Amino acid sequence: MELKMNNSQMNVNQREIQIRQIIFKTLIYLFLTLFAIFVLVPFYWMVLTSLKEIDEVRKSPPSLIIGFSQIRFWANYVAAWNAAQYWRYMLNTVTVAAISTTGTVFTTIFASFAFARLNFRGRDLLFLLLITTMMIPGEMFVITNYITVSRLGWFSPIASQQSLLDALLALTMPFMTSVFYIFFLRQTFKQIPDELYLAAKVDGTSDWKYLWKIMVPIASPTIITITILNAMGTWSAYIWPKLVTSRDEYRLVTNGLREAYSDFVGQVLYNQQMAAALIVTTPLLITFLFLRKYIMRGVSRSGIKG
Amino acid sequence: MLEKQSNVKAWLYLAPAMLLLSVFTFYPLFNAFFLAFLRDYEFLLGSARGFTFLGNFINVINKPDFGIAMKNTAVITFVSVPIAVIVALMISVALNSIKKFQGFLQTVFFLPYVTNAIAIGMAFAFIFHSDYGLLNTMLGWVGIDPINWINLRQAGNADTSWIRAMFALLVYTIWGGLAFKIMVFLSGLQSIDKQYYDAARIDATPKRRVFSKITVPLLSPMIAYITITSFIGAFKAYRTIIGMFGESLRPPGALSKDSLITIVGLVYDSLAHADATGAISEAAAASIILFLIILAFTLIQMQVSKRRVHF
Repeated sequence: MELKMNNSQMNVNQREIQIRQIIFKTLIYLFLTLFAIFVLVPFYWMVLTSLKEIDEVRKSPPSLIIGFSQIRFWANYVAAWNAAQYWRYMLNTVTVAAISTTGTVFTTIFASFAFARLNFRGRDLLFLLLITTMMIPGEMFVITNYITVSRLGWFSPIASQQSLLDALLALTMPFMTSVFYIFFLRQTFKQIPDELYLAAKVDGTSDWKYLWKIMVPIASPTIITITILNAMGTWSAYIWPKLVTSRDEYRLVTNGLREAYSDFVGQVLYNQQMAAALIVTTPLLITFLFLRKYIMRGVSRSGIKG
Repeated sequence: MLEKQSNVKAWLYLAPAMLLLSVFTFYPLFNAFFLAFLRDYEFLLGSARGFTFLGNFINVINKPDFGIAMKNTAVITFVSVPIAVIVALMISVALNSIKKFQGFLQTVFFLPYVTNAIAIGMAFAFIFHSDYGLLNTMLGWVGIDPINWINLRQAGNADTSWIRAMFALLVYTIWGGLAFKIMVFLSGLQSIDKQYYDAARIDATPKRRVFSKITVPLLSPMIAYITITSFIGAFKAYRTIIGMFGESLRPPGALSKDSLITIVGLVYDSLAHADATGAISEAAAASIILFLIILAFTLIQMQVSKRRVHF
């Protein structure tokens, strides 16, 4: 040991480099851990608060850990669930998501097929036009869509004049297709080699059959991605459902969050509020953890979230 | 061209999407410009008294909220985006350099991507609660007195409430923006050829130089893309504010000058009073202002990145 230290400058240098590297690695892990905590804190705070008794919530300073015996496992969730008729909201959301996602998937498959595979006059110009609309803020569309939906009789500020069917039409029709998904699926379709198509043509396969037997199965990961992203979009929709429904019972889950969770003197019941927030958040997190592969496919090309 | 043109068939395939897009995307786009130039448009009757060139725009600009909305939108955009981009870049580079726990940490950093803006906004509002909030508790550990972030107990005590509420909103905005940026940066980093780093190691290039001369230039297309989309996203900030502050868009008891309304907030504010004379036109005018800001900004960004991005 002594000998080594004395006779070689190299070794000292190496050790110094090694120590420096260990310090560097430690700093990196420290940095990442700090930010990981920053990311997780809101989730922890939601879960913790949703498990507390209201007296425990209204304690200053609040406790950051609670004992097992103090945990109220279900009471806040049950109360939050009942306070905002969540059954109804869930049912509405699932219905709206099913309709708009089915519609979107079909219209997207057809349009993408035309853009990727068929040859028609004005194709590239039309596609460019479509992509251009992706840059335009959605608020510009919302104004006229609000008018359109009202003129079609699907929405009226007078609650008694809006039927469930009206509400469903208002909630789904503007979202039965998407320029972004058409763009996304067209890119996937484009990657399928032309030879396959030509071979199918030689065999006398029709375009319709080729689309469903060859293209759709090959592109199925992208179609799954579109399905998931679209359904999650409906789940998180807030502004449009609020705008075009005149009764509470036509609204979607996220709208339920902003209802008042307060006691009889108007004080906010934060534990119930956080329980409601978790009811809405948990399905999204579970979907993400299990279907991350598919969701991530959409990320590389999307600008849907900034 | 390998195949013949098949115009009729193509249009049959296109018809469902094009029909829907015509009604809910193309027509609204033109109609927004039409509405913005109508004088005294009555939504319920569908009538207007001719046209006005800039009347609706002037009405929007003269609203007391307009200046506030512009200020808020500018602050949210120009503070949160640069911070979030830089932090996300640092996290991605750090994540990419480690082996142990990489998968786990990656999952943690990706989590906020799918969450609901309203739900998490409520969680942040409660973190910033002055009496029962987590942040003030933690500040208490280092001897800082509770700060009245977003819960005003007396309305009279509201002189500097804007800056505190804005701080809370910025923290939430940065939190919400990290995941997507990290995902894009990380996939960019993983596609960089390892040879560059091997060459740098042979030359014993210092880490900082490797970062500024290899990583950043090779990642510049992703950085440009993320910066543009993040700026556009931040200009459209609205849901985060509803999440934290509710539809009043301000802390309870705050004065209207301390509102956290944004340009999109102006649009929905006008739309909420759709049956008032001219309200729809003002919403359209506000949305066009937003569109022009985004357009101008995107063009500038594209010019800048043309010069700075290495493809």
